[in-house]
Amino acid sequence: MAKQLKTLEEVTIRFAGDSGDGMQLTGTQFTNTVAALGADLATFPDYPAEIRAPAGTKYGVSGFQIKFGSTDILTPGDTCDVLVAMNPAALVTNVKILRDGGTIIVNEDAFNDKNLKLANLSTNPLEDGSLARFNVHRVAITKMTAGALADMNLSTRMVDKTKNFFALGLMYWMYNRPIDGSVKFIQEKFGKKDAEIAEANVRVLKAGYNYGDTTEVFTTRYDVKAAHLPPGTYRNIMGNVAAALGLIAAAKKANLELFLGSYPITPASDILHELSKFKEFGVKTFQAEDEIAAITSAIGASYAGALAATTTSGPGLALKTEAMGLAVILELPLVIINVQRGGPSTGLPTKTEQADLLQAVVGRNGEAPMCVISASTPADCFEVAYEAARLAVKFMTPVIALTDGYLGNGAEPWRIPKVSDLKDIPVTFASDPKTFQPYARDPKTLARPWAIPGTPGLEHRIGGLEKADITGNISYDPDNHHVMIKKRAAKIDGIANDIPDQKIEGEPQGDLLVLGWGSTYGAIKSAVDAARADGLKVSHAHLRYIHPFPKNLGEIFGRFTHVLIPEINNGQLITLIRAKYLIPAIGFNMIKGLPLRAEEIESKIEGILGGKTNG
Amino acid sequence: MAETTATAKMTIKDFQSDQDVRWCPGCGDYSILAQVQRVFPEFNHPKENFVAISGIGCSSRFPYYMDIYGLHGIHGRAPAIASGVKLANPKLDVWVATGDGDGLSIGGNHMIHMLRRNMGIKVLLFNNQIYGLTKGQFSPTSQMGQVTKSTPMGVIDPPFIPVSLALGAGATLVARTMDRDPKHLQEMVRRAENHQGSAFIEIYQNCSVFNDGAFFLYTEKESRDDHVVYLEHGKPLVFGKNKEKGVRLNGFTPEVVSIADGKYSVNDLLVHNEKDGTLAFILANMIHDPELPRPMGVFTALERPTYESMMVQQIAKARSKRGEGDLQKLLEGDETWVIQ
Repeated sequence: MAKQLKTLEEVTIRFAGDSGDGMQLTGTQFTNTVAALGADLATFPDYPAEIRAPAGTKYGVSGFQIKFGSTDILTPGDTCDVLVAMNPAALVTNVKILRDGGTIIVNEDAFNDKNLKLANLSTNPLEDGSLARFNVHRVAITKMTAGALADMNLSTRMVDKTKNFFALGLMYWMYNRPIDGSVKFIQEKFGKKDAEIAEANVRVLKAGYNYGDTTEVFTTRYDVKAAHLPPGTYRNIMGNVAAALGLIAAAKKANLELFLGSYPITPASDILHELSKFKEFGVKTFQAEDEIAAITSAIGASYAGALAATTTSGPGLALKTEAMGLAVILELPLVIINVQRGGPSTGLPTKTEQADLLQAVVGRNGEAPMCVISASTPADCFEVAYEAARLAVKFMTPVIALTDGYLGNGAEPWRIPKVSDLKDIPVTFASDPKTFQPYARDPKTLARPWAIPGTPGLEHRIGGLEKADITGNISYDPDNHHVMIKKRAAKIDGIANDIPDQKIEGEPQGDLLVLGWGSTYGAIKSAVDAARADGLKVSHAHLRYIHPFPKNLGEIFGRFTHVLIPEINNGQLITLIRAKYLIPAIGFNMIKGLPLRAEEIESKIEGILGGKTNG
Repeated sequence: MAETTATAKMTIKDFQSDQDVRWCPGCGDYSILAQVQRVFPEFNHPKENFVAISGIGCSSRFPYYMDIYGLHGIHGRAPAIASGVKLANPKLDVWVATGDGDGLSIGGNHMIHMLRRNMGIKVLLFNNQIYGLTKGQFSPTSQMGQVTKSTPMGVIDPPFIPVSLALGAGATLVARTMDRDPKHLQEMVRRAENHQGSAFIEIYQNCSVFNDGAFFLYTEKESRDDHVVYLEHGKPLVFGKNKEKGVRLNGFTPEVVSIADGKYSVNDLLVHNEKDGTLAFILANMIHDPELPRPMGVFTALERPTYESMMVQQIAKARSKRGEGDLQKLLEGDETWVIQ
């Protein structure tokens, strides 16, 4: 039977299974293949904190969502078009985000009494009519996987571990994607250690693909053309990888050695993993004994002349608090990357949130002003890490770069910059003993000199006790303390003169400005675009620089009747904005450990402006 | 030791900063500072390569008084800050000045991990068995029953034995000395300097205000000879005013014997061996028996690769295998596509 090929502009697929089913690997493979064919995309890995929660349970379900298309893809999708569910728990926990009329592909072999019970189901959803509004395909994935490997004499466990590749192969067939990239991946990953496992995985991948091709169940395949992205060379990149590359690039451009002091923490550890791979760049990664040693070792490395960074997530940032204050008073460059996750306390380690903003901006003892910037998309993590390093060395200050779990683990196509196009990061170490004063300041930036041990004649002492202006000696003088607090604050405020003005997407004035920061970029842009298409006078401003704010921000607020601030927290940016600009900004806060949905923001916009104006 | 022109000219004055020393009159810290300033000029490298790192406490003011590079950090974190300094520039001669509270209580975690890594950092632990800067609370080395501001009825925490802790953490050079024995203190500073890897020097230090006389039994002329045994590699453990006593091993248990009454001779005594890591633990445990003299000197001096040397080696290996990193290639990664 001839199969139809339909072209789609965009599609959202969600892979869901047990956390041991390899759903993240399946999703990443699918993403890489889709990316290489030039579609635009956004991904959303959504997995539990437990490494291997009991198989078959709802809390052990691991999901990976990808939206890809020939259009501008801003988010991984509020809802999905296709759900691949490897067991009943994966089906019931994910079906609520499948659009009506969407497609479900289930491994029907997993719908046995045991798994139904583990998913707390009294009836089988495949048979009780509860999925009537969807297009359900029951596929015997386990049986067909076993069949494909029948002559290989593998353990049942081993056979079971390959079944995710059956689903992957089937999706490759359905979306007209080649399997070559994944075949190559399997051979590189398993081939050297165990040719048999590599062979089994490739066979199952092909079996899935061929099943799509031969079965009469599937009559249509879909094609998604390449997106019309700006010309350039692209790769697919995850936020944590982008952040790591940003640090390496900054070190190279600054002609400094990169030092990372870090302690494992979800979801930031990938930055440590990534940086530890690239020793040929002279990168020194130090997995410290705790979060405090991670940042204090970085402070020591910075004192000794390295481009120093530390990476963490919320609880780790809390532990680093005292040391951040030390970096502030020492006035040494330091990049602190905080991949935010749900809090408070241990909170939701694998879920995303934007609730560390106030901790970053004001969460230290004493007056300890620090530059805070934030990334808005996975690829933007590169630029933000790079910019954090640039500002840190230029202003001799710690800089916090905020990303979050959604950005860190999410992926999108990245137009690879030319190294020669990256901003210069000039660094001059102090060298003249005649003029050297540890706390003399550059008149323009107010930065103090960077005088590193090993430089003859500049032997000096710095520390956490209040410093005398200019000399840096210990000083308990009341007037001096006041002067130093003002100087440290003025230095950070002065960064506003070094950063670009805030840009607006949409008209420069109107009824409503939606102000966002961080990973809500895609959802806010989608919502604003949709509202504008409906004739509403809405614009979008997305902050990269949060402390200090861009100089023109207050003036922008004056041009809009309302300001809406959507955040994945209980109202943190809005607190800073209200305090500084005295405007009655409106908040929109959803704190579910999930990215904001464009739809929710759009209805909030409509609520404020009274609905569509053209209909 | 070869001397460069620059170092040959250095004297104690080169290491005295212009800051007034603000410890209490009679504090043991003065002696420690003076001995370090006396010995540093001997070392075979330029002054600008010395770095002193400290945390918080009386001892941690040390860097301000040394005319070298110095960083006065936050409470307990000196070993971690120093690790970053050393890793960023392994050529630097990095010293940590810390105390029993700073180094063993709030900073205990950093201390043990720095020691186990054998990071090339020298630790001077000023042990006065009290919190001085906060005015007299008990510390993790205070003695059971000691009455302090926070223990009016006596301390009920058993103390850490700093030497045992350092040995347990895997330190490769562990020594004990005291503020009132300048020559010995100087010698221990030299041993630390010449050691590859972490060196941990516990210094008995008198706090004249909050814990005066805590170590007088060991430090004062009248009692020292009968209560201290100096450890010397390859030599028997002999002590006493007239060198008439010694320490002998009875099984694994040290005991004091007379070598003057004919029953035992010097040949029966325990002979110190710095390379014997097991012996070091036995010597460290002598502190628990009040009949035994307190050992001073190097408990153990072992050779192990330093952390920083292995880190440098891995970088060199990666470069010889993959060449100097090419940033443009790194940004491109494994798989790219072009949009025209």
